[in-house]
Amino acid sequence: MSFKQLCQQARLRLLRMHYDSKVGHLGGNLSCLDALLYLHHHVLQKEDTFVLAKGHAAGALYIALWSIGRLTDGDLAQFHRDATLLAGHPVAGWLPEIAVATGSLGHGFPVSTGMALAKRLQCNTGRVFCLMSDGEWQEGSNWEALIFSRHQQLNNLTILIDVNGLQGFGTTTEVASMGDLHKRLSAFDVKISVIDGHDPEQLAVMHEPAEQGPHVVFMNTIKGKGVSFMENRLEWHYLPLNSAQYEQARQEVEAP
Amino acid sequence: MRNAACSAWRNLFNEHKFAFLTGDLGFMALEPLRDLMGPWFINAGVAEQNMVSAAAGMCKMGTEAWVYSIAPFIYARPFEQIRNDVCLNRLPVKIVGNGGGYAYGSMGSSHHAIEDYGVLLGLQGMQVFVPAFAEDVEPAVCQMSASGQPGYLRLGRCEKPTDMAVPPFSAWRCLSEGDQGVMVVVGPVAGSLMQRMRDLPQDNRPALWALGVMPEGFTNVPDQLLQTIKNNGLLTVVEEHVAHGSAGHALLSTLAQQGVTPKLLHCCAQGYPSGTYGSQVFHRLESQMDADNVLRRWQQESMCL
Repeated sequence: MSFKQLCQQARLRLLRMHYDSKVGHLGGNLSCLDALLYLHHHVLQKEDTFVLAKGHAAGALYIALWSIGRLTDGDLAQFHRDATLLAGHPVAGWLPEIAVATGSLGHGFPVSTGMALAKRLQCNTGRVFCLMSDGEWQEGSNWEALIFSRHQQLNNLTILIDVNGLQGFGTTTEVASMGDLHKRLSAFDVKISVIDGHDPEQLAVMHEPAEQGPHVVFMNTIKGKGVSFMENRLEWHYLPLNSAQYEQARQEVEAP
Repeated sequence: MRNAACSAWRNLFNEHKFAFLTGDLGFMALEPLRDLMGPWFINAGVAEQNMVSAAAGMCKMGTEAWVYSIAPFIYARPFEQIRNDVCLNRLPVKIVGNGGGYAYGSMGSSHHAIEDYGVLLGLQGMQVFVPAFAEDVEPAVCQMSASGQPGYLRLGRCEKPTDMAVPPFSAWRCLSEGDQGVMVVVGPVAGSLMQRMRDLPQDNRPALWALGVMPEGFTNVPDQLLQTIKNNGLLTVVEEHVAHGSAGHALLSTLAQQGVTPKLLHCCAQGYPSGTYGSQVFHRLESQMDADNVLRRWQQESMCL
């Protein structure tokens, strides 16, 4: 199966899971799904650790884990249900691939710095990958983590930022003038890559470690990617699909 | 207690490797630990949120991790990090707050921690260790290290009279005998109370019990203590902590569930009633929880029984 086919199948499964559970948060799941698939199929090794800082993209993570056989259709049917382990934001302690519970923004990157530092102290050659949102950079704890990770020279840490440009109540530029975030981070003297977050050839940059600190990858993405009426629309940060919308979305994604 | 803690961590590190993260504090106290630990001693900077999360990440990778700062800076600023990254992930990070209660005195209210363990005990799996004396610190550190749960160590200034011996640190211990009911004390104020209490004859003073580990102490009240409270009808609790979330309230609840409903004399932190600030002694006086006031209030209450 090509990467394009993989993304298509995963996108369909994500839409179905959210539709069946009648929950939203689709926009930010669709924007990072391709990157999560690339990471889980082509990058992560046994000794590596992944942290989903943007916990509201739990659906995309569950689908990525489903696509590598770590979750079943039966598991996905429990998404957002009572007595589930597949909550709307990841909960801890039941699957090694879900290292920590997340959902409150500004936690994943700091936790990842500790993981990376511990691996170095343990002489463990594994790497740590952390997927963040762009709006999440308004949380001060991330800047603490950036200072710390650069100072500790955590070159076994890769930070992936899903730059879809939309957050909870506006664009990242409208809310907090975050349009030039990569320029601000450059001032910290960390390795920066800016890529198309839907292009597998460019996503290959994840393989590259940094030399004096974390590698920060800005992945320019489209919120709601693949569904015309969702793309770059704020409301799909929240809304669930009705039956007509689900059918249209499914047909659009299925189209060659 | 800082020096005792430093010594305890040095001994512990000689037994097994662990990471120690400080929020840029420890001058004139932790240098021997830093020199011993090498790369395992990490000054995480003035960034307590990241420090706590990083410690959680280290624990997740199998590395024992301790975090250290002044008490309010380590429990209040990174509270969500303790709640989410430590407790909700069930990671046994060891949190050390130096100067619990009013210990930082005239440094001002920003440096006081008079609600710390009440806040933290509401979190999943959290254990709280409150040494009363410097010699309690090493056993408390060892217990925390051995525990698979997150823990908070509240350090203060030892006030133990130099010529008095005390039983080893534990959740409960009797510091001095007395025939007139029970007084429960949490933390270093125990030393000042012991000093004051020995001026009274045994038949005219309460037995003084120290509570050192919570919530273990709430669920395992010794029978002797329970019976004395039941017979006497008065429970006196002394703690440098506000009433809300306090050991006194938790004890009262535990006892009530066992059908024991004593009157509570709660000598606890009252905040800043005059709106002025001063030493730890000053704030205890304002809260009427210094040794003289405690004994006076206890005598008044005892006469009413």
